[in-house]
Amino acid sequence: MDYSDSRILLSSQREGNKSRFRTWVSMVVPLAAILFQFFLPRFFDFLRFVEMPFLVVVYFALVRRSQINGLLVGALVGLAQDSLSKHPLGMFGIVKTLVGYFAASVGLRIDVDHAMVRLVLTFFFYIFHQVLYWVMVRALLSQPMDLEPQRTALLALLNAVIGVALFHFLDKLRDRA
Amino acid sequence: MESLLNRYRNITVLLLVIAAQLILLAVQVKNNRDIPFVRAWTVTAVTPIASVVEWFRGGSSGMLHNYVFLRDADAENRRLREEVGKLKMDNIFLRNELSQADRARALQVFQSSTQSKTLAARTIGAGAGSGSKTIYVDRGSVEGVERGMAVVTPDGIVGKVIASYPTASEVLLVTDPDFAAGVVSQKNQARGTLKGQGNGPCKVDYVPIEEKVEVGEWFYTSGDDRIFPRGFPVGMVTAVHEAQPFKEIQVEPSGLQHGLEDMLIILSGVHQEIPDTPPGNQPVYIAPAPPDATKTTGAADASGAPAAASGATAPATEADRLRAHYKALGDAQNHVFGENLPGQKPPNFNLALPPAGAQPPVKQNGVQSPLKQNGAPPPVKQDGAPPALKQDGGHPPAKQNGAPPPAPQDGTAAPAKPAGTPPAKSPAVPPGGGGR
Repeated sequence: MDYSDSRILLSSQREGNKSRFRTWVSMVVPLAAILFQFFLPRFFDFLRFVEMPFLVVVYFALVRRSQINGLLVGALVGLAQDSLSKHPLGMFGIVKTLVGYFAASVGLRIDVDHAMVRLVLTFFFYIFHQVLYWVMVRALLSQPMDLEPQRTALLALLNAVIGVALFHFLDKLRDRA
Repeated sequence: MESLLNRYRNITVLLLVIAAQLILLAVQVKNNRDIPFVRAWTVTAVTPIASVVEWFRGGSSGMLHNYVFLRDADAENRRLREEVGKLKMDNIFLRNELSQADRARALQVFQSSTQSKTLAARTIGAGAGSGSKTIYVDRGSVEGVERGMAVVTPDGIVGKVIASYPTASEVLLVTDPDFAAGVVSQKNQARGTLKGQGNGPCKVDYVPIEEKVEVGEWFYTSGDDRIFPRGFPVGMVTAVHEAQPFKEIQVEPSGLQHGLEDMLIILSGVHQEIPDTPPGNQPVYIAPAPPDATKTTGAADASGAPAAASGATAPATEADRLRAHYKALGDAQNHVFGENLPGQKPPNFNLALPPAGAQPPVKQNGVQSPLKQNGAPPPVKQDGAPPALKQDGGHPPAKQNGAPPPAPQDGTAAPAKPAGTPPAKSPAVPPGGGGR
């Protein structure tokens, strides 16, 4: 293994920069993400594809490197998103809980400050999010829902690109421990 | 034991959180009931912020629009709208609901005319989820909005309230696949169920194949669903396919055509008759402005031929022709439309004007009056006596498809017919100019 500065895998948990955020950042950013999805599609319908709550959950889970924190942020953001949707409470909650947990688990092992790593992770977590949501809608609610692989992949890529830019901005709000 | 819990703490918390949400989900699905307080918390927390953001957005957008980018265009737009409004008030033939460009005003008119008790609402947000077909409006249970109420615009139905919170309500749009409403066709009274398809047009299901439904026909709410009162427009049929056992009918929902800015929530619905004719509030297609009169006159003078010869002065639409006719009537009687005080004598709309191509002296009430068009407006007596009209120009008058010649401007002599033309009697109402 190459131990240069550009290596991706962390040899121990200590190597990862466990990020902390001020309380207001932890509250305002998820709320802003919810507001973004609630408010912006009204004026810019083409931005409806941006899953801002999902991106925020992934970011906090990745950089905090705490599985419990990740899943709790995912659960809260998901439930808030459920509250603003027509589906029963818990659909987005469960999906984002799992996304937060797994993202934090990956963050413990990989240096997530790399832009390319973030791009790839966000891409795969988006697909995971959509597939899991599709499974839950069909399995738990018995409702018909189409899953279009090509469209999902494209949206995953777009969200990943936006996510990398968003993560770069959010990096400026964190306090490195 | 303690070390075991510590070791598996993360996965334990994960399982607990997932299990809690699964139980929450199961309770809702099994009882077919929502957990209202959780949604109410979120909506109550989010909507005030959204309202504030909307307020700032509206203010800044309005300022940007009015004072930075389109200051002159906006002023001109307002002036033109006022002019259109005044003309409509004076002209009962041109009174048409579609000419109301101001959606809020149209909504107000509709609200006052409909028998149902309604509440005006404004969109403040979209439902979460990329495929969501729900919106949030700024009226909630405090104002009396309840789940299951219908949401309409003057153009047609919009959706129905699926959740009501203190400060806001969630509306399921007609395009949502979960939406359904009872509808009936206008011509043959074919009954069916309107369903959303996610995007674009809706479909009308359960219409038997023996029923006759035509493309272009309108569907109205039937009132069978006990949500939408009978008689509200739903949309126009865009496609009909024969299928077993029911027809496949595509309907373009009319309520969403003009955006989802303002709408009405029906608090107490009253059934109404389905009109015999399609709804009047069709999409408005504004024709290009009529050609400038000065340019037209100048062109006509320069060529020495009637302006109509080039076709430049021909009114674009029936409305343009009527407008030109009434403007000429107003000019002839020194009447400014829209600026007369109540109680004043209205202009004589039956006043005979010289038809295009025909020349005065005009005979009215048995009196022949020469028409004079030498650059000054023709003197008109408003006491019922025919005006003394004289035309001593050397050119034939501009012909505008039956409309009166344009009013002289800047001292330019209007084209007139050569002397010697036999007098003609003007019809009281030019073709298409008054009898509708």
